[in-house]
Amino acid sequence: MLAEFLQYLFTGITIGATYALIALGFTLIYNASHVINFAQGEFLMIGGMATVSLTAMGVPMVIAVVLAVILAGVLGIALQRFAIAPAKQADVVTLIIITIGASIFIRGIAQVVWGKEYHVMQNFSTDQPIQVFGAVLNSQSLWVLGIGAVMVVALVLFFTKTLIGKAILATSMNKEAARLVGIRTQMVLMLAFMVSALLGSVAGIVVAPITFTSYDIGIILGLKGFVAAAIGGLGSGVGAVVGGLALGIVEAMAAGYISSDYKDAVAFSMILLVLFFMPRGLFGAKVVERV
Amino acid sequence: MLKTMMRRAGQCAVVAAACLMMSAQAAEPIKIGSFLSVTGPASFLGDPELKTLEMYVEKINEEGGVLGRQLELIHYDDVGNASSARNFASRLIRSDRVDIIVGGSTTGATMAAVPLIEQAQVPFISLAGAVVITTPVKKWVFKTPQSDRMAAERILADMKDRGITKIGLISGTGGFGSSGRTQTLEVAEQMGMDVVADVTYSGSDTDMTAQLTNIRNTKGVEAVLNFGFGQGPAIVTRNYVQLGMELPFYQSHGVASDSFLELAGSSAEGLRLPASPLLVPDSLPQEDPQKEVVQNYKAEYEARWDSKVSTFGAYAYDGLMLAVRAIEKAGSTDPEAVRGALENIQGYVGVTGEFNMSPDDHNGLDADSFRILEVQNGEWKLID
Repeated sequence: MLAEFLQYLFTGITIGATYALIALGFTLIYNASHVINFAQGEFLMIGGMATVSLTAMGVPMVIAVVLAVILAGVLGIALQRFAIAPAKQADVVTLIIITIGASIFIRGIAQVVWGKEYHVMQNFSTDQPIQVFGAVLNSQSLWVLGIGAVMVVALVLFFTKTLIGKAILATSMNKEAARLVGIRTQMVLMLAFMVSALLGSVAGIVVAPITFTSYDIGIILGLKGFVAAAIGGLGSGVGAVVGGLALGIVEAMAAGYISSDYKDAVAFSMILLVLFFMPRGLFGAKVVERV
Repeated sequence: MLKTMMRRAGQCAVVAAACLMMSAQAAEPIKIGSFLSVTGPASFLGDPELKTLEMYVEKINEEGGVLGRQLELIHYDDVGNASSARNFASRLIRSDRVDIIVGGSTTGATMAAVPLIEQAQVPFISLAGAVVITTPVKKWVFKTPQSDRMAAERILADMKDRGITKIGLISGTGGFGSSGRTQTLEVAEQMGMDVVADVTYSGSDTDMTAQLTNIRNTKGVEAVLNFGFGQGPAIVTRNYVQLGMELPFYQSHGVASDSFLELAGSSAEGLRLPASPLLVPDSLPQEDPQKEVVQNYKAEYEARWDSKVSTFGAYAYDGLMLAVRAIEKAGSTDPEAVRGALENIQGYVGVTGEFNMSPDDHNGLDADSFRILEVQNGEWKLID
């Protein structure tokens, strides 16, 4: 009984941690620009696929990971420079549509370069699962959780302790005022895209050994990450983490205790409920309209 | 006098003209129409199928054609889209006026074209899997792949041989998985076996431990069967081993390919599945009638295209060969005669299996055409 519950919990937390990392990427860009970046899933895919193809070429794992993350970061900058920035005064909806276009473009290129097959990545450490009170935990899950935690702490420190982090926060609060005090807002936006691309690619790399990776893995995981961000309240870091974990755990429990047929239905009902009673999500900022 | 000569000359001219026309007709090629999903999501089906058709039409033409006439392949790419499949079928019939159609990579494309083809009365050999294509029998429609029902029969029979009667079923919610699930439930009931656990996962799921835990905790499960397609079954296989489950494990023919072994890695060790002999051409016994056909097809395909042979291309090989055989037997391309000949083909040994068509069976294969393979040391091993 306990073993069963623990098993579902482990499954849920692992998936949930992935969702949380993706949701954080959404949150970051949303905060800086109020844009929902639907290319976030593609960063995830780039991270996983680049690592796989580099290791296949004989590059050691660690270097492959670093290169893949750098590639994603460059791509994040390029996305902001060449797709978002030229649209200058366009409203938020237009920008969101641009990110959708960019994601289709990136996916298309990945399909041409890497093909349509699924690829395997080795576990970072042992393939041997860990036994806890009769439940089984994939060693890779610990990596997902550990790296996820490190990323969250790093983000918090980045935003509260560094000047650049504060500049991003300032820009998100009031773009005009930030510009007046000398913050180069275009630069800040570029940084936000880069950081969220790094975040996405890291998530893509740590989950690849569990989920496999392919050119289109970003669609589904990206959407789930967005859902997690919406549950938590768009723009809230804590919300992204809580939303991601909650979504993962509810999915796993529903699949285990009710039926796997209803798994997605239960997850979506949860979103409806949350948004019905708390339209800004669990941790969404209270926005007062100034007249 | 002059009049009779004129009349004679006229008669001669008519006869000569008729002769000319007849010889022109004899030289006219036999038109084989085809619509396949060469690009798009089902390109892994259509691509090897088209390559196979092109290659063997060329080969047959070099060897002198059929009935002394050359073959002409007229092909359209339906991009995996059922409505364009229907349009192309219509074009093949109305404007290209083909003699026979070999095509339809997916069940969707096939079924979309069927009503039109039935109406136009052109013989049609489909390359898609589902049981609905030939059950109930449609007068003009035939197919070469085994159906998922046969796969279920083959798997459950193998389980029964090992003394297993209670099984846990985990299937994908996609078309392939859910049709496989329905067939498995029906066959199990007929064979007196119990499906004690029945869970599903959706194609985009990245972790199936919850579903497998459910099966593991169900009392009395003696073996587990996974009916699915794509990367899902590979994840199920990995989770199965991670959970330390040791019951006999079966997969369906949907993952019978080398890329599955690559994805599932060492977790696949010991699992069984039904598959085409094409995966193990060299371990077939010498007396197996299919051995030579399978080896030849594999060698010829890989030499010509420099890529690995696939089970799907073999469906097209069998489709084309059945068509050729039927036309030869009918002695003409008269649709009714060709259809009749197709329906009565007996003992054609193809790559997929031995075809014995009849008016009640437009597929002609039985469940034994699937071979049961087991993964041993990372390779396919022929069990039965």
